Amino acid sequence: MKRKFLFISCEEAQEICDKSQYGEATAWEKLKLNLRYLYCSITRKYVKRNKKLSDSINQAPLDCLQKEELNALQKEFNLKLEQQKQG
Amino acid sequence: MPDHKLDPNKWVSLYSDYLFNYTITRINDREVAKDLVQETFFAGLKSMVNFKGQASERTWLISILKRKIIDHYRKINSKKGKAEVKVNFNTEEDEGDWLEERVADPYDRTAEDTIENEELAMAIQKCMSKLSQKQAQVFKMKTIEGMDTETICNELNITASNLWVIIHRARTAMADCLENNWF
Repeated sequence: MKRKFLFISCEEAQEICDKSQYGEATAWEKLKLNLRYLYCSITRKYVKRNKKLSDSINQAPLDCLQKEELNALQKEFNLKLEQQKQG
Repeated sequence: MPDHKLDPNKWVSLYSDYLFNYTITRINDREVAKDLVQETFFAGLKSMVNFKGQASERTWLISILKRKIIDHYRKINSKKGKAEVKVNFNTEEDEGDWLEERVADPYDRTAEDTIENEELAMAIQKCMSKLSQKQAQVFKMKTIEGMDTETICNELNITASNLWVIIHRARTAMADCLENNWF
């Protein structure tokens, strides 16, 4: 029972790692992840790759259209598309 | 023999962010960038008959956007009447004076990094466009827009555990894609 309490599966470790990238993993979850990290090479590989992805995303000047902007664009485009079909 | 086909119904959902990101790194004005993306789609619709199918839809749209960006800068310059070019000439007599003009431009050192980061942003957008629509939507909301889990769950009507499964799949696909195209 105790063992299950502290030792987590690889999938669980990966989910905690994902949450951790967004600052949403609790201290207890992080502790369990760190424990698994010590003896599981798959977890170590996943953590390394996941961190690399986060670093790249933080480094890149990423910008995107907000939902409202996207909707407005879609609306305008649909109008134009209709006009084109009719004309 | 044409390999690619155009499907304008999907343009806005598939390519808006990619084109917008491409534009914003070159124009640096959100409103202008939005207008140029819209103009690109309109121009694409207009010249669909000219599409030969040799390039992908995205590549074809980017080529239209590039012309739009060039036209935008031409318009700005013609409004000013002339392009502003500033040249500093250094002669022997200047030696010792205006030291700051002789010091290496600190921005120059990071110019290469800036270009590399912009290319990285485009690679990330490219990989995002390969995700399923749901994965791309959740990944974008969580990672780029930085929305909190509860808001996304309410907006998309999904559970938190569902969200983390989608995020996990998206991140794995993104890491695979970037490993092949960037790292």
